[in-house]
Amino acid sequence: MKRIESVNDFVIKFANVNGTGSASANNMFAKALFRMGLPVCPKNIFPSNIQGLPTWYEVRVSEKGYLGRRGGVDIALSVNPQSMAQDIKEVEEGGYFIYDDTKPLDLRLMRNDVNIIGIPLTRICNEEYTDPRQRQLFKNVIYVGALAALLDMDFKVLTDLVKDQFKGKEKLILPNIHALELGHQYVKANLECPIGIRVKTSDQVGDKILLDGNTALGLGAIYGGATVAAWYPITPSTSVVDAYEKYVRRVRIDPGTGEKNYAIVQAEDELSAIGMVIGASWNGARAFTATSGPGISLMSEFLGLAYFAEIPTVLIDVQRAGPSTGMPTRTQQSDVLSAAYASHGDTKQVLLFPATPKECFDFGAMSFDLAERLQTPIIIMTDLDLGMNDNMSEPLEWDDNRAYDRGKVMTAEQLEEGVEFGRYLDVDGDAICYRTYPGAHPKRGAFFTRGTSRDEYAVYTERGEEYEKNMLRLMRKWDTIKEYVPEPEVVTAAEKTDVAVLYYGTSEESSRESLDFLAEEGVHLDAMRVRAFPFNDDVKAFIENHKQVFVIEQNRDAQLRTLLMAEFEFGPDKLKSVLCFDGTPISARNISKQIKQHLNGGEVQPLHRTKIAGQAGE
Amino acid sequence: MSYQIPKFRHPELPVNDLGYTKADYEGSISTLCAGCGHDSISGAIVKACHELSIPPHMIAKMSGIGCSSKSPTYFLGKSHGFNSVHGRMPSVVTGAAMANRDLIYLGVSGDGDTASIGMGQFAHVARRNLNMVYIVMNNGCYGLTKGQDSATADEGSVSKKGDANVFSAIDLCSTALQMGATFVARSFSGDKDQLVPLIKAAISHRGFALIDVVSPCVTFNNNAGSTKSYEFVREHAEATGTVDFVPMQKEITTDYEPGSSHEVTLHDGSSIHLYKMSENLDPFDRTSALMNMENHRTAGDILTGLIYMDKDSRDLHDVLETSRRPLNTLDTEDLCPGNQMLKNINASLR
Ligand SMILES: Cc1ncc(C[n+]2csc(CCOP(=O)(O)OP(=O)(O)O)c2C)c(N)n1
Ligand code: SF4
Repeated sequence: MKRIESVNDFVIKFANVNGTGSASANNMFAKALFRMGLPVCPKNIFPSNIQGLPTWYEVRVSEKGYLGRRGGVDIALSVNPQSMAQDIKEVEEGGYFIYDDTKPLDLRLMRNDVNIIGIPLTRICNEEYTDPRQRQLFKNVIYVGALAALLDMDFKVLTDLVKDQFKGKEKLILPNIHALELGHQYVKANLECPIGIRVKTSDQVGDKILLDGNTALGLGAIYGGATVAAWYPITPSTSVVDAYEKYVRRVRIDPGTGEKNYAIVQAEDELSAIGMVIGASWNGARAFTATSGPGISLMSEFLGLAYFAEIPTVLIDVQRAGPSTGMPTRTQQSDVLSAAYASHGDTKQVLLFPATPKECFDFGAMSFDLAERLQTPIIIMTDLDLGMNDNMSEPLEWDDNRAYDRGKVMTAEQLEEGVEFGRYLDVDGDAICYRTYPGAHPKRGAFFTRGTSRDEYAVYTERGEEYEKNMLRLMRKWDTIKEYVPEPEVVTAAEKTDVAVLYYGTSEESSRESLDFLAEEGVHLDAMRVRAFPFNDDVKAFIENHKQVFVIEQNRDAQLRTLLMAEFEFGPDKLKSVLCFDGTPISARNISKQIKQHLNGGEVQPLHRTKIAGQAGE
Repeated sequence: MSYQIPKFRHPELPVNDLGYTKADYEGSISTLCAGCGHDSISGAIVKACHELSIPPHMIAKMSGIGCSSKSPTYFLGKSHGFNSVHGRMPSVVTGAAMANRDLIYLGVSGDGDTASIGMGQFAHVARRNLNMVYIVMNNGCYGLTKGQDSATADEGSVSKKGDANVFSAIDLCSTALQMGATFVARSFSGDKDQLVPLIKAAISHRGFALIDVVSPCVTFNNNAGSTKSYEFVREHAEATGTVDFVPMQKEITTDYEPGSSHEVTLHDGSSIHLYKMSENLDPFDRTSALMNMENHRTAGDILTGLIYMDKDSRDLHDVLETSRRPLNTLDTEDLCPGNQMLKNINASLR
């Protein structure tokens, strides 16, 4: 039978039952490989449920450093009878299916083109442990030990990891190491090791770190100087504020007085959360909230106020699959349009699209500067994939000489000197006006903030020309904004080409891999990663300079493509969609397949969805 | 449009301790209907702030949407103002107060703004005991959208259209009490003598202070059969007692009976002096306050005055243990943990 053979390059997928403690064991496995110097890309695929339903954890290992989903499964480790039929089906021909053979495999599931490996996990547990909770927990650790033998991993890396992980809870170290050994010894004694796929210590990790985007954003908020966080729980954004809270407690409590240099308020809903952020920012503090699609919908009215009244606001949107409640624990990039034009009336919101934890941190910190400099909401658009999965990333860095850009705030001294103050006066010609903080000066500088039309001195007016003047200034400000937001990144193909791809956020990693793959087949494509909306002129030029541009994104309706067409008035033929919207991160194979199909297929109907939908799940 | 009030003033207008005249606490000329109760409330706010000698710029006046919510334009012209969105003033004030605890937050809202679309935020800001004054200009109807019944319209109360309201009313004072508000009062826009000291006391109270002011809408709800009309309220108001507010500056006096159950010293040293209490009302007992209100309501009366106060109120900043220094005065050097800490974090992530 065919046997997949490879060193340091494979995809393994764990199938577990939600709530059985498998997450930490699976994580231990990925982290051990990472410590062996191997780039890993772990992804949780979990149900919107606390206990009992199937959950998966997919780890991509790639010595070449590909960090997106590849597609396909080389090894399935299945300890969930409920999903076993599906799990074995997913294994590539010649791949490996590892299961708990305490009970024999249902013969109807048997595949002859897959290497089946049984390990009696339950039996080992039952012989070793009497406590039912221990039996459940250690079963997971035992299969990690078993994998170490099957893949020829450095066992010491695992034991060191356990020691680090349970620092402070020393009682747990020995039992965990013992469980690892149980699995390891059983496999060594009873099975052929290693299998065709194995790992070798490497040096492809350097000083990189493993970090999830939400934690990176929480840290970014701290470094960006956020003192007020208001939020309402929603998956997958909750851990942003959790992380903020965890670290802010360490660094912002006055050791003498116990006083906190921050305030976290769990609001009653998203309406209130964004309201608090707006109130705090209006009053000169840096404030943020984090939410996901349903929250964005609720926050829209307030976002319009912040846009029109020009109040700095930082909002983190960790996107999940919509519409409505959709698939709360699955990933998508489908809030792009509702965020870009959030709220009624002519409104445009600034979006940032980070692609890595490092960028989450950087954009997170930068967003406060941007919000105050530009006096408008800044929405950071990440997604579940980046937010809740550990991602390999450059280490986080901060320039200690950096000071916050507090934007145009007129001080008490300036007001005292009698500098003319009109809240919406465009003094500097960049369409950004000066604001004052409440309480700044006893006699000057007070103004009325309102969502209604007003003149340059913030006085309510319904005169059409005043309204138009203001709306046109906001358009000019949009141009100014283009100069401040992160620029797109371009990767030029090895050979000259007039076809290109454009992607953003978490579509990057798999897109890059698929480009390498296509290049090997002789298909060369230039690439651009858009990092912000408004798009700057480079984005326009890039699209204009190519005959055809594939826009790769993770939603059904090609939302970024729509935005590009709307903002630049490109015709639909120019931009072709490459989409995935089944709730899992887009894979490199899926992208390659769609692009090849488009390129070979002659006439493509960009708005014809059925064809694409059929491909989405591979 | 808002019109500026002419600058000319009589030179001998009385000045307060800061040297400000009452005019320094006024705003633009009101564009509300002539006779609207909301304007009287604005007048009471001006009087209270002037008499308390509050520096006008240290007040932030915040509101939602509605005729009532427009009124901040008509008082305290030297203060920053914020008209937010319909029903969501409380969250904006919460954020603002988190950012700068040194300002006085005066929220103004309508009964539509508070009891319908903003009911959730109202309940939660009360429960969090945010240090603010929350004035509801309660006319039992929607003024700005032309007279629909609001959720505080009494059952059976007749609107201008002539229909009797078929739903039961939300009583904002009871709601606030149940939600944990630490200062609850009710008044009538036409009773300045009662309203002004209540506003002063509310400003000095540390925590959430609700004043529900019945404020007839002359245009849409001042007709016979309305229980929020001038005539009805004048006939049915029953005061808990008269309230005297004594600001901190004048505290050292001898004409108080120390320890008198009707005299309350507030956190800032000011005191409230209550006399002529209505029977059975103990304004420091939440349950008794609730019962009394309910008794008057069933009797068809409106109980006015200070209904409840918690003398030992702990506001949101106390609970969250936020720093004495306003958060909005902190900058890079106070807030940024520096690169070394990131190095440590990086090391923990390998
Ligand atoms: C989200 C939203 N819904 C509806 C409105 C329309 N609206 C404006 S004011 C108002 C009611 C105001 O009533 P109230 O708060 O009692 O104030 P009043 O005008 O009676 O003083 C409504 C429904 C709005 N501005 N926003
Ligand atoms: S409509 Fe009613 S509430 Fe509005 S301004 Fe006129 S009287 Fe006042």
